[in-house]
Amino acid sequence: MTLTVTDLAITRGGVPVLEGLSFELRPGRAIILRGPNGIGKTTLLRTLAGLQPPLEGHIDGAEDQIAYASHSDGLKPTLTVTENLTFWASVFGTSSIQPALNAFALNELADRHAGNLSAGQKRRLGLARMLVTGRPIWMLDEPTVSLDRHAVQMFADAVRAHLGQGGSALIATHIDLGLDGEVLDVGSNKAKPKPIDDFDGGFL
Amino acid sequence: MSIAAKANALWEYANPRKFLATSERVLPFFWVASIACIVVGLVWGFFFTPDDYKQGSTVKIIYLHVPTALMAINCWLMMLVTSLVWLVRRHHVSALAARAAAPIGIVMTLIALVTGAIWGQPMWGTWWEWDPRLTSFLILFLFYLGYVALWEAIEDPDTAADLTSVLCLVGSVFALLSRYAVNFWNQGLHQGASVMRAGAITGTDTEEKVSNVFFYPLMICIIGFVLLFIALVLYRTGTEIRARRIKALLARERVGG
Amino acid sequence: MIALLLRDLKLAFRAGGGFGLGLAFFLIVTVMVPFAVGPQSSLLSTIAPGVLWLGALLACLLSLDRLLALDWEDGSLDLLATAPLPLEAAVSIKALAHWLTTGLPLVLAAPFLGVLLNLPVPGFFWLVMSLLIGTPAMSVIGTFGAALTVGLKRGGLLLSLLVLPLYVPTLIFGAEVARRGATGMETQTPLLMLAGITAATIALLPFASAAVLRINLR
Repeated sequence: MTLTVTDLAITRGGVPVLEGLSFELRPGRAIILRGPNGIGKTTLLRTLAGLQPPLEGHIDGAEDQIAYASHSDGLKPTLTVTENLTFWASVFGTSSIQPALNAFALNELADRHAGNLSAGQKRRLGLARMLVTGRPIWMLDEPTVSLDRHAVQMFADAVRAHLGQGGSALIATHIDLGLDGEVLDVGSNKAKPKPIDDFDGGFL
Repeated sequence: MSIAAKANALWEYANPRKFLATSERVLPFFWVASIACIVVGLVWGFFFTPDDYKQGSTVKIIYLHVPTALMAINCWLMMLVTSLVWLVRRHHVSALAARAAAPIGIVMTLIALVTGAIWGQPMWGTWWEWDPRLTSFLILFLFYLGYVALWEAIEDPDTAADLTSVLCLVGSVFALLSRYAVNFWNQGLHQGASVMRAGAITGTDTEEKVSNVFFYPLMICIIGFVLLFIALVLYRTGTEIRARRIKALLARERVGG
Repeated sequence: MIALLLRDLKLAFRAGGGFGLGLAFFLIVTVMVPFAVGPQSSLLSTIAPGVLWLGALLACLLSLDRLLALDWEDGSLDLLATAPLPLEAAVSIKALAHWLTTGLPLVLAAPFLGVLLNLPVPGFFWLVMSLLIGTPAMSVIGTFGAALTVGLKRGGLLLSLLVLPLYVPTLIFGAEVARRGATGMETQTPLLMLAGITAATIALLPFASAAVLRINLR
């Protein structure tokens, strides 16, 4: 499943932030998204995930192939690790959560309430959720925040295994994960303001 | 000009600049005409019509009560139409016109309620009666409040326009439902009021000549209030467009354009 | 879909889930009424159907701001919106979960509170009946209000301001059924109207709720 983006322009809060974005995400490949803070990486990921409409351009490659992980993990503190994962597994219609528990070393924590986990453990649980979605294209927004070096390695291994099975990933991060993929720096795609005398342009 | 071409020409006014230029040209006419109509209608109605044989001089509040009540409802209808236009065609002017109209609707509803109470006091012997028509207007007033509060609460203008438009659509259905519910709940004291039956309002159905005496100044007042409403909406929409533009320019400055 | 329903129910029943708060509120409001209007049983039995309906409505309203806001804060809503489950179904399920954890307990508690207010005997059946039919509409309408205000920092008060006018038809017909039932009058017309409103809101309003939720998630 190839994700093709052509001449994409996106807005945040009604203000254009990025424009002229074109790239292709092929199976087995990863793209590392780079760019200064506030450039619109999160907005780009949200747009690709189908949470907001693009201003211009096309996104081809079905939306329902994408699994998206935002800054927040969507965990319920009063549910256990297993319950949290099982819920998302049944929403996405997959059955087994065991591989996800294994990949992120969550087996010992399986019966703990998510509210009692440390920040890094929560993050691991949030990333384990990607595995139970069963979707081929991963969109990850700063996935390594609050992970220790060991856990970062765990995450990189999980992504590598995912790529090995023909999946793909678009990852906004500033850490070098040692993945097989190219770097996409969106710094040069910063939207230029429209001419000031265009009323509708100034209006938007 | 074919109908399609005419329709296209109409959409041109959805361009903020074109809207501003045109509204500035026609506004003076609307101001003058509306004030002239209202002054003529009110002076004629207050000083040159006889007292009603049943209601005495209190009947004359009709010249404020009926036009404002009509505009209170028409204003919501206009907001409904402009909300639909915004949702379907994404014309910013349309959403801003809905936003601009809401406070006018609130004021019209309030005037209608207050004049109704002032009229009701000598007629029914009480300032407030949970009469279906009065109650419906009170509920309409609550809908207006919620609508304006939602506009004020949301920062992003496009999100606010979308959400208030959906609220306006859903609210219209529920307002209509409330109207029927309230009618069912209490069959009231209020006259079956319709301008087309002005004779019935004034209780002078039997004497056609006398009812006409009330009818003409009332019609002039209604026309005056319609014109006043249009003038206010055009004026306020212009203000909203400029405010929106300032916001857009500030945002542009922030991103460093 | 069932997974979402089960999760919401589980969350409501676990510690801090807020189950029972609405019920306690309903109880307290009902107990306060005689303090406000006086203990004459004839007066209380006249106003009992209306007071119980209003109390149930307010208890329902009170729990609405948690309906979607928690899922919004922890990011679950974003993830749900990208899940295979249509958002229309998700909001319907959340409304159902709200009704099961708030509306249904209110319906079951109402007769006991009716005793406190000296509700006439024939009124009990109609009170329960009208609440049973009316409370689902309150949950569905409330979900729409919660979806409208989900992104706002202090949405609670605004939520009440938006939702209460939408509750007017339900309240009028529902309380009318209960009042007529208590005085032995014919209840068919308002009951049918109430059922019609509930059916129509369940069928149509989730589309509006999902639409505004999508707008808020943008």
